[in-house]
Amino acid sequence: MGKKRVSLFVTCMVDQLFPKVGLAMAEVLESLGYEVDFPEEQTCCGQPAFNSGYRGEARTVARHFLDTFEHAEAIVVPSGSCTAMVVHHFAELFTKEPDTLARVHALEKRVWEFSTFLTQVAEVEDVGARLDAVVTFHDGCHGLRELGVKDAPRRLLAHVRGLELREMLPAEECCGFGGTFAVKFAELSGAMAQTKIEAILRTGAQTVVSLDPSCLMQIQGVLARAGSSVRTMHLAEVLASR
Amino acid sequence: MSRDSILHRIRTAVGRSADQPPAEAPAARLRIPEVPLEARIASVVARVEALAGKAVRTSDPCAWVAEAIRGKTAVASNAPFLAQCGITGLAGVRSGITDPEELRELCATADVGITGADYVLADTGTLVMLSSGREARMISLLPPAHLAVVERERILTGLDELLTVLPNPAVETSSMVLITGPSRTADIEQILVRGVHGPGQITVVIAD
Amino acid sequence: MSVEFDRKIHATLADTKLQLAIYASTARLKDGRLSSVAPQTLPDYQELRTQANALKKHALENLDYYLEEFERNVVAHGGKVVYCKDGTDVADFVLALAKERGARLIVKSKSMTTEEVDLNERLEHHGLESVETDLGEYILQLAHEKPYHIVAPALHKTRYDVAEIFTHSLHVPSETVPEKQTAIARAVLREKFLAADIGISGANFLVADAGAVVLIENEGNARLTTTAPRIHIAIAGIEKVIPRAQDLATFLKLLARSATGQLLSVYTSFLAGPKRAGEIDGPEEFYVVLLDNGRTKLLPDRSKRQSLYCIRCGACLNTCPVYRKIGGHSFPWVYSGPIGAIITPQFMGVSHEPGLPFASSLCGACAEVCPVKIDIPKVLLELRSDVKKSETREKQNRLEKVAFRVFAWVMTHPRWYELAGRVAAAMAPSEDGGWIRTVPGIMNFGPLKAWLSQRDLPPPPPKSFRELWRRR
Repeated sequence: MGKKRVSLFVTCMVDQLFPKVGLAMAEVLESLGYEVDFPEEQTCCGQPAFNSGYRGEARTVARHFLDTFEHAEAIVVPSGSCTAMVVHHFAELFTKEPDTLARVHALEKRVWEFSTFLTQVAEVEDVGARLDAVVTFHDGCHGLRELGVKDAPRRLLAHVRGLELREMLPAEECCGFGGTFAVKFAELSGAMAQTKIEAILRTGAQTVVSLDPSCLMQIQGVLARAGSSVRTMHLAEVLASR
Repeated sequence: MSRDSILHRIRTAVGRSADQPPAEAPAARLRIPEVPLEARIASVVARVEALAGKAVRTSDPCAWVAEAIRGKTAVASNAPFLAQCGITGLAGVRSGITDPEELRELCATADVGITGADYVLADTGTLVMLSSGREARMISLLPPAHLAVVERERILTGLDELLTVLPNPAVETSSMVLITGPSRTADIEQILVRGVHGPGQITVVIAD
Repeated sequence: MSVEFDRKIHATLADTKLQLAIYASTARLKDGRLSSVAPQTLPDYQELRTQANALKKHALENLDYYLEEFERNVVAHGGKVVYCKDGTDVADFVLALAKERGARLIVKSKSMTTEEVDLNERLEHHGLESVETDLGEYILQLAHEKPYHIVAPALHKTRYDVAEIFTHSLHVPSETVPEKQTAIARAVLREKFLAADIGISGANFLVADAGAVVLIENEGNARLTTTAPRIHIAIAGIEKVIPRAQDLATFLKLLARSATGQLLSVYTSFLAGPKRAGEIDGPEEFYVVLLDNGRTKLLPDRSKRQSLYCIRCGACLNTCPVYRKIGGHSFPWVYSGPIGAIITPQFMGVSHEPGLPFASSLCGACAEVCPVKIDIPKVLLELRSDVKKSETREKQNRLEKVAFRVFAWVMTHPRWYELAGRVAAAMAPSEDGGWIRTVPGIMNFGPLKAWLSQRDLPPPPPKSFRELWRRR
């Protein structure tokens, strides 16, 4: 039997701003025996255009995604939000193109948010990680509400040696990122982030973990501005820690 | 005329023609649990008290009511059960009123309004009042305290059973009111205040 | 986004007292809902939501049929149904009736629909006295303000604000205890109820098979409004119709829980026509006004039509992280919060406040709590697309359009995408691996400036992921 294969869709944000997250995800998958491939044609899922009301432009980018990943067996994504874009919103873009819609539906089933892939496909909860840290977990809204990701990351974190998870209250409230919302309504976005930061700081954790690089960028950005020593880590980075 | 133009706009928008029968509606969802009478009574008591009302079981409702309204003025409805128990004959109680103006005057000054209840809903502690010659609307509304004397056979499991027994209340009455606890508001700083426009006190006397 | 919208958001965020009031009140309502829909309290909550959604969908798909059925039944009970296309129609009807009956004083129970058409102002303009009787609405009427919240209209007022309003308008000594304030309002309004000629209510539901108006409330003012005066007029949006009385078993269980966390609201009135022969009290005349006011504009689009499923519980407001920051009065029309953000652009046109559908992080908390399962984020996204189409037609915001064209082009040309990424990284100021707090003035504009106004920016890494991957 040959090695199981997975393709990475690292997202434009990880590619350009947080490459370590992509590397960590690849490391974890390889350690579980997967052959990992990175289709070089990949760019973005098109969500910025879609969420900004530019459906034509989003459609163009979505088509590129379809072409790029058409033949991939399983696609793993370090983001709940980008996964939800492909799995839930691509179909809305192609309601008037039955052929493309059929391709979308065929692809949807093979696109996986990272923590869900580990627990449901790889069927693993203990990836052998070790991280001596007190962490709190931020639920990204799209992963939580559009994909129903809630337990998977917590089960994975529970098996990380040396790690203590302290839930923040409320955990499920938005960090205020919201894509272009963060710059179109900057002051409001910042106010929402403040509420999130207060919840994080109340836990006393020194590290905030999430599935979404975009939430982490918002949270780390506000923490850094406040001069806080609390830092952010993507779940993949935690799971790649030894 | 607005009527025809609005209906026409609707039909155009939803793609229907006049006199076209509707598609089949989703079946009404009614679930009636099996709850023994004793448990229903206990539930009424618990729910009413949770809403800061008072609920009592008694085999002698007249004596209980007499004690409760001692020194107060009261208006009682024309529910036959109240007369049977002797409540309408108690001191300070006015009853048998059929003129709405007279009733309104009395209710505006009475300390207590005494009614029966057509039904009681066990799972929410709700009184179901159907307007009729026996029960007027004002008695449970204007006085600062409402006292309902109910026969225990009238206690249903809940809303689903009520709407099974009375699938269309409009056949019976022009007004059915469900009363769940005392009148209340939280409009100022979300602070709970009872007795805004309706009675601030509610008492349910269950006749055993 | 209009300057006005931006200004109101900023003003609300800057008002710390108001921030606390909004946050605390919505938190109480939100927690109440959560515990009352918990599985141990309401095990079939999700099934009820599904049923409520199916019923609303069905009722709107056959709306003309159910309105006519409702009308027939109201008439059979001796009531009358009046169709009105807008606020002018409503005011004309009420004024004509008031004139014919010699009516002067009107008591009103809470109704968002009448807020929509500024009914009080229209009636008062013609010399009628129209008094709001819900405590929160009464406070706001005295203060000349619009509701701040769908179910808790005076949510932004503290007891001290109320004391001032009462002292100023009712000339009573200052009183800051809510219980006593409530008693003051009770006494004033009781007089009004007993003297009023007409009572105007809204409607939570119109029941087609019964010809009944259903009103849900906690204070008793809607009961008094519909019982004490000789004439009762219910004013309802056409979308409020449901097929059967039995469907109330579904809706009543959801509404109070979602709104305030109660199992049932204190009073649910099911009113089918005027007082009947043999009944002791109740109104002698009963009218139902069925108002369009733009609702039929929402019907043609099958997806956006769901905006009309709303039963006005306010749960989406209480859970919305945006509403909880910007409050109700930042919104451009009477409906606020997530539901307001999808209703307003459809009633008033997307250019009324083009920024509104964008004032959301699309977190989806609203859809999660909606008792009738309106997919609010989906409708917001559709409205965003409508705004952009309208801007393209009107040749507005062209720079952004160009930017997204460039975005799409770059994202379909991976080599150029990689190059663009590296150029941007090279331009970024170095902060020794730390996060970037400022950029040179020449770069400090647009999205970058907006981002840095609130938080730091991650430094671009020396190598992108794809560069590192090639070197593995």
